[in-house]
Amino acid sequence: MIDVLDLRFRWPGAERDCIAIDRLSVAAGSSLFLHGPSGGGKSTLLGLLAGVLLPGAGRVSLLGTSWATLSGARRDAFRANHVGYIFQQFNLLPYLSVLDNVLLPCRFSAVRRERASLNGSSPATGARQLLRQMGLQQSLWVQPAAQLSVGQQQRVAAARALIGLPEVIIADEPTSALDAPLRDGFMDLLLAECRASGSTLVFVSHDERLAARFDERLSLPAINRAASAEVTA
Amino acid sequence: MKALFTLAARSAWNRRFVLQLVVLSIALSTFLLLGIERIRTDVHENFSQSVSGTDLIVGARTGSVQLLLYSVFRIGSATNNIRWRSVQAIAQQRAVAWVVPISLGDSHRGFPVVGTTTDYFAHFQYGDHQPLGLAQGRLFDGVFDAVIGADVAQRLHYQLGDRIVLAHGDGALAANDHADKPFTVVGVLQPTGTPVDRSVHISLAAMEAIHLDWVAGVPLPSMAVPANQVAAHDLTPKAVTAVLVGLKNRAAVFSVQRAVAEFDGEPLMAVLPGVALDELWDVVGVGERGLLAMSLLVSLVSLAGLVAVILAGLNERRRELAILRAVGAGPRQVMLLLAAEGGLVTLSGVLLGLIAHIAAVGALGPWFQSQFGVALHLQVPGTAEWLLLGGVLGSGWLASLLPGYRAYRLSLVDGLSPRV
Repeated sequence: MIDVLDLRFRWPGAERDCIAIDRLSVAAGSSLFLHGPSGGGKSTLLGLLAGVLLPGAGRVSLLGTSWATLSGARRDAFRANHVGYIFQQFNLLPYLSVLDNVLLPCRFSAVRRERASLNGSSPATGARQLLRQMGLQQSLWVQPAAQLSVGQQQRVAAARALIGLPEVIIADEPTSALDAPLRDGFMDLLLAECRASGSTLVFVSHDERLAARFDERLSLPAINRAASAEVTA
Repeated sequence: MKALFTLAARSAWNRRFVLQLVVLSIALSTFLLLGIERIRTDVHENFSQSVSGTDLIVGARTGSVQLLLYSVFRIGSATNNIRWRSVQAIAQQRAVAWVVPISLGDSHRGFPVVGTTTDYFAHFQYGDHQPLGLAQGRLFDGVFDAVIGADVAQRLHYQLGDRIVLAHGDGALAANDHADKPFTVVGVLQPTGTPVDRSVHISLAAMEAIHLDWVAGVPLPSMAVPANQVAAHDLTPKAVTAVLVGLKNRAAVFSVQRAVAEFDGEPLMAVLPGVALDELWDVVGVGERGLLAMSLLVSLVSLAGLVAVILAGLNERRRELAILRAVGAGPRQVMLLLAAEGGLVTLSGVLLGLIAHIAAVGALGPWFQSQFGVALHLQVPGTAEWLLLGGVLGSGWLASLLPGYRAYRLSLVDGLSPRV
């Protein structure tokens, strides 16, 4: 599903590579836990996996397609079709309702719009179903997203990432703003939904207690030679 | 595309309090631009229509603009008068169809008094050859009859039969009035939007009568003539201030003008009202262009405000832009989103300004006319107005591309993890 080969990346103006990964691959339908300390290039790696950033050398491919071979607009379309993304926090547009937030990817991707409407009659039906599965009461759906608690917001974000069954879900520390019970509940729901939809999950966190739930576990400093070079230097 | 515009609208609505200010400032500059354009056009129109049907204005030799100013606009005063004999000589020229002498210098509560003949009402025209008409009453007939302009009647609440006292000169000295010879309002003219509205018209004989006992600008009590005895005196005017001349054939205008200039009785001059009006407009037009330049500057400032507000808000919106990127919006769409917002804000501002302009002209038009004597016309925007509106819209949208471009750069650099 995801293949990384001889990846090198440095920010413009930087003197050293920020990411140097020789090999990383994630099988379809599996879940990967990427562990790394803050500032270890986690967000950069996720940007590369999601095709928002392009590698300086090597290749990053998703579903067998190398991001670098696509034009800017095609990359955006490809990402909209195949990737769901969850941020640490502030995932939602505060001025849209919960339901509209979940439907956002369907505004930009016809593929996800179609897939979301397969079971039900419209994308909205799919969105409602996801919200229900995420344990959000119906009364919340029409409220502006800003009125929800952080835990509720992260569940809405998960529903948004999952809508239209994207092949890959990328989550960037989505539990860092949640306390322990909320975190466990969120992880249960996210993993269950990814499994149910067959989506590949790449989950980044500094919290190693979560690692046991995943099919695979990797430590970013261990595979990122740029980071180890920094430590030894 | 439609999805993007709904997003832009909802995002803008979410920040409506700040954007309201921008909308207001754009509305204000639109309002200013339209208002100044309206006033400019209508002032020019009123101005160039303040006299028509008159082929020449004759006065003592002076500047043509000055002659026009005092004879038509009742501004300033004549340096010299024309002898009555000269008026008669001009009237007897073969090409001349009619002459209307006017005698100025007195006033009534700030309104100029015009001594003239009843021919004035027959020949004086304004606008597009529109004659003067009576709203009520009749023309002056007796010596102490007065016909007042529409503004005079309205501002001073005069009705037919009211008695009024004229003041000598501009009325600055309370003692300098003609209280011994009060006039009666016998007629009120229809409004014209010209200086005629602000004038009190009396006969030349009356002008002579109220000055019978005056010598060198002061009343001599020893020579006092009671009002009921003026008929015993010769009331033929000795001099007038200016003469309006109508020709039988307009082609003769230059030869008559030359004849007046070469008149050997006294130094005189004749001006073509249209030419003098244009000369005068050239002078006041500088101020008008200054106004326009000023309102253009105001628009620039409010557009700068638009850019500043959107740019300043951009940092707080990096999170929003990252979310949009994550759900599949491209940097170009992000840029479009910002440009759409700028367009929406500018459009609402321009519309608001246009509505305010229409409302203001509609509601304040009569007040404006009574205060400044300029009739504002509510009309479908002309070419100039469309250009102004389009200019504000276009430059507002162009200005909003600046923050749009910055958002584009930001979302390229930030990717999905804005460093805020």
